[in-house]
Amino acid sequence: MTAASDTAPAPRLVLTPYLFLLPAMLVTLAVVLWPVAETVWMSLHNFILFKPRNVPFIGLGNFWRLLHDEVFWLSLGHSLVWISLVVGLQFLLGLVTALLLNQTFWWRSLARSLVIIPWALPSVIIGLTWTWMYDFNVGVLNDVLIRFGLIDKPVAWLAQPDSAFFSIVVALIWQGFPFFAVTILAGLQTISAELYEAADMDGATRFQRLRFITLPAIADVIATALLLRTIWVANSLDVILVMTGGGPGYSTYTLPLYAFLKAYSGMEFGYGSALAIMLTLLLLLVVFIYVRRAARELDQ
Amino acid sequence: MRDRRSPVQRLFELHLPLLLIVLFALGPYVWMMMTSIKTNADIGAWPVRYWPDAFTTEHYHALLERTSFGGNLLNSLIIATGACLLGLGVSLPAAYAFSRYRFRGRRLLMTQFLVINMFPIVLIIIPLFVLMRNIGLLDTFIGIILGHSTFAVPFSIWMLTSYINAIPKDLDEAARIDGATTLEVLRLIILPVVMPGLVTTGIYIFVTSWNEYLFAMMLSGQNVRTVTVALQLFIGEFSVQWGLLTAAGTLIALPVTLLFLLVQKRLVSGLTSGAVKS
Repeated sequence: MTAASDTAPAPRLVLTPYLFLLPAMLVTLAVVLWPVAETVWMSLHNFILFKPRNVPFIGLGNFWRLLHDEVFWLSLGHSLVWISLVVGLQFLLGLVTALLLNQTFWWRSLARSLVIIPWALPSVIIGLTWTWMYDFNVGVLNDVLIRFGLIDKPVAWLAQPDSAFFSIVVALIWQGFPFFAVTILAGLQTISAELYEAADMDGATRFQRLRFITLPAIADVIATALLLRTIWVANSLDVILVMTGGGPGYSTYTLPLYAFLKAYSGMEFGYGSALAIMLTLLLLLVVFIYVRRAARELDQ
Repeated sequence: MRDRRSPVQRLFELHLPLLLIVLFALGPYVWMMMTSIKTNADIGAWPVRYWPDAFTTEHYHALLERTSFGGNLLNSLIIATGACLLGLGVSLPAAYAFSRYRFRGRRLLMTQFLVINMFPIVLIIIPLFVLMRNIGLLDTFIGIILGHSTFAVPFSIWMLTSYINAIPKDLDEAARIDGATTLEVLRLIILPVVMPGLVTTGIYIFVTSWNEYLFAMMLSGQNVRTVTVALQLFIGEFSVQWGLLTAAGTLIALPVTLLFLLVQKRLVSGLTSGAVKS
């Protein structure tokens, strides 16, 4: 750095990083920070899109309304079940996949590439393929289940309140488990073989190796992946939107979907904003924990 | 670690379970592609006809000749390329600043880029629609590209910062001793070395933007409709024409799957570097 400070005067050196950051900051200000401020403003008003001249300030009125809104509580409940089921099962399947892929066998790299594919696909395609497989009349799922004798007659998976929710959960598990698999696999590959050799010499069983070496070594990776995935799943609404649009009835409503539909179909931007802010507040703790972990890297 | 299990044990504890998982991962995708090359008679058959006597490209012809799908593909290509260029263009200098300078507010700004990546889309998309409508950017390429930069910019900044961090500072300093300016260091030293990381990040943004549905739907109309929005409209319009729908799905999914497979190894190591590094 001495050479640089000889040629450049000190004040310019201080300004340079800010100049480099300027374009990114301007874009972020325009498309993220300003809209978020706008959301806060809208949530305090009774803003309905087709009545732009009549936007009364109602303070926390939207939030008050929300507390007495049955659909809000219903959506929140769905969201909680949804997050725990989807993230939990994605994680378990991802962990099993990673443990299998972490062994040596001839088709390993092929398997690794193929398993990752659902991750690359857009939500619209996930909605399309699964809706097609769940089809009541000619869907492949009904056909397979009937052939194996698990059901007697075709089931209308997406048309019944109980099965619709779990049908979407399965589609989401499919989409998300590759993320866990490759993340955990990357963690597994950092564990040194010496640890396992030492355990072998001590006569450890395979379960003991998993319990006392593998899992503790990847606990950090698992925690980060779980936090990140919880945030993503909690925020995601597009697959539900594509597959059922929240129906039948309110049976597949989650909190972000409800907020979106209020604004998009109901044109109630004020109330939709209040719902979006509520979702953000509820997620804040998870985001906070994640950011604190990620920020440990900042000073490297 | 030596594996002392017998081949039979390995079959039941490794090969078979993994084969099942691979089938689960691949099944829906393959089924979509299979459907797109079956005749309508085979698609509508019950019980399901898994391997038809004849395959056909009629759905692809119908899709490209009788619908606007070709134009939608072009729109998506333009938007994903734009999002990629905008994201990388503003993020590379920012990442360089974060990696090479220690300045007041660095920690706060970096945390900010991390936090906004976690924001629920619904928090941003509702006012963004109003904003775009007010300044006349609704249903334009630049409007959707800006919408996609909400995730492209923060993501690129974090990825590129970690890639640049991996480049030894000695390289910069050697160049400075030879009289290079900061911009020359960035262009001549950092850029070539960080290129693989830049390509990986760029491809990830391209794929994410190509796949994106909510922003594209909210911010587009007739003019710049993307493939994902078009497919969703087709589902409403041609509700039982599964051949046509799966043909569209295949054309959307195939390019991004190939791109993703191309970069997946480096992408995963970039994405997980924070989590895995001890």
